[in-house]
Amino acid sequence: MVDETRMSERDNIIARIREALRLPSPHSLHAPDAVLSGRVDQRRVLPAAGSSFENRVDLFAANSADLGATFALLPLPERLSLELKSLRDSQGWKRIASHRGTLTDTVCAALDLPVLLTDAGYEKRELATCDVGITECDALVAQTGSVLVSSRGAGGRALTVLPPHHVVLARRGQLVADLPEALALLRAKYHPNYPSMMSFITGPSRTGDIERILVLGAHGPKKVTVYLV
Amino acid sequence: MLAAARQFKKDASRITADRRHRQIINTALDQYALKRDQKKTLFKDWQEARRIAAATKWEAVNHLDRHLEQLVLGLESRGTKVHWASTGAQACDIILRILKDRNARTVVKSKAMTAEEIHLNEALERAGHAVVESDLGEFIVQLRGEPPYHIVFPAMHLTRSEIQNTFQKKLGDAPSDNPEELTMVARRVLRQTYISADAGITGANFAVADLGMISVTENEGNARLTAALPRTMITLLGIEKVLPRLEDLALFLPMLATVGAGQLISGYNTLYAGPRQPGEPDGPEEYHVVLLDNNRTALLADAEKRDTLHCIRCGSCLNVCPVYRNVGGHSYGTTYCGPIGAVLTPSLKVLNHWKHLAFASSLCGACTEACPVAIDLHHHLLQHRRDASRDNPVWWQKIAFALFAPIANSNTLWALVTKACRLGQKFHPIVLGTKLDPAYVWTRTRNLPPFAPMSFREWWTRRA
Repeated sequence: MVDETRMSERDNIIARIREALRLPSPHSLHAPDAVLSGRVDQRRVLPAAGSSFENRVDLFAANSADLGATFALLPLPERLSLELKSLRDSQGWKRIASHRGTLTDTVCAALDLPVLLTDAGYEKRELATCDVGITECDALVAQTGSVLVSSRGAGGRALTVLPPHHVVLARRGQLVADLPEALALLRAKYHPNYPSMMSFITGPSRTGDIERILVLGAHGPKKVTVYLV
Repeated sequence: MLAAARQFKKDASRITADRRHRQIINTALDQYALKRDQKKTLFKDWQEARRIAAATKWEAVNHLDRHLEQLVLGLESRGTKVHWASTGAQACDIILRILKDRNARTVVKSKAMTAEEIHLNEALERAGHAVVESDLGEFIVQLRGEPPYHIVFPAMHLTRSEIQNTFQKKLGDAPSDNPEELTMVARRVLRQTYISADAGITGANFAVADLGMISVTENEGNARLTAALPRTMITLLGIEKVLPRLEDLALFLPMLATVGAGQLISGYNTLYAGPRQPGEPDGPEEYHVVLLDNNRTALLADAEKRDTLHCIRCGSCLNVCPVYRNVGGHSYGTTYCGPIGAVLTPSLKVLNHWKHLAFASSLCGACTEACPVAIDLHHHLLQHRRDASRDNPVWWQKIAFALFAPIANSNTLWALVTKACRLGQKFHPIVLGTKLDPAYVWTRTRNLPPFAPMSFREWWTRRA
């Protein structure tokens, strides 16, 4: 019964759309051929992004600073554990949440704190009590200062947004120039088996809903720290 | 005059005279304009970006049937259940049925103008569900029992002390009027809600047709949590939200953030491809997408105004509109306010009830210029005026123009009437400011410019 009404409404709506579209739009000038065939070069109009690795690092660092996120490029992978340990001590972490991964495994082992791993399922309330979520990512986007995470590559949907501090561990090769490159990467990496969630995280959670005054940490993390090794 | 028009006139007159309101809105929007313009300059070519965006939406909307079928195929391939609703009532029924089937009582919602459009909260509450808005601005106006004031900034009209009072009254928790502390109060309250809610409802900013994904833009992380923790997730979206390809987001995400909030990109831009997939640790067991028509196909059939369906609900036309800035978001009495609301509402509802919105416009064209997808807004307002006076002519206007036409067509009559007016204006001060003044409606709030002492024709003949 439910399915029947659903099908019929689908048919009704599609029929109304087809009927409506029999009349051509007078705004066809809006539609140059390049766009219609999907071959438009968005980079012609989008904000510039660095061409070399060093440019991209500088741009990502500048964007992070603007957004209120912390970013550090670590020349040696061994430095990562040291950095995280000093962060642990300065922030007073008691309990951390993370997921399985080469970088996260090393860091979690070094931190010597109780770890909640989300990979095989977890208790929501327990995750909410963790001081930090440490995750890997799919990419960093220099153009916008965004971190691209997915439910498959970063321990699920909640780990990157529920704990009050999000620490992102990225590898050198994951820093891409711009949004077109990041979206192309998603397609190349996952098609056709996409994760159920893919998210561009840009800075800490923020709101301006009270008198347009910026407040960090509305519902998601108040702090975002990104390490590129 | 119809009830909606009367109400609009009453509310607009009150708000335009409210200096405090003007100050709040102007301060907020001036700050926004500054940031928006800074971000616009980062684009290599903003005007070309608008052209590409408009063309992309043109393609999406003018092949809507194909794109919707593609979208649904993609969504269903990963286990999402897709529902179609011709009307708002049907959409509410579908959502209520999903909640009932899942035995879901408490619902956490992230911001969705479509839900406002179909009055979803009222329907859910009538059926006994507890609904909590999670976007901070929406949360505040929900506590106050108000509709959102602005498409993007729902609580823009409130001061921090008003919000403190609301929190004190409704939550019993408001340590100060500091925006940060108030935000933390909401954060504490809502954290519990995400964890305990049975279902989460979100809106959508875009739907990616070629891969079958829903794209949600936000800054707070509330939609992310709404989509992560409850067992059931529902997304409600208008059928016009489609974009043909994933790659189109590379342009639309930064454009939306730039004109919507003066940011290069919003805090969270998230693609939802389905419910929890095998091997994933969390996420909803069921994902439902409700596609809403609610007269969008009627607007699609109006080829002249079809480009109105390009709208991405960024709110930038509101922010630059001299009328919106003076009468405020609540005076409209509609879900969508500002220029886009004045164009959409008469099309989606009954023209004759809402035509007054098209007349409440200076036709300055600031909205058209601000629109990132180049909707021809101010011409659509003119077209509404044209249609309204064709369908329901006003009797006194008909008489006035019937009298005016012969006068304007005859040299002698024109000279005679303008002379008479010049003479008549000498006696105007006697009745000025009283209701005996034939121009009272005008002179009540404005000066009447004096007629020139002689006409051009008179000057030309005397000059010799």
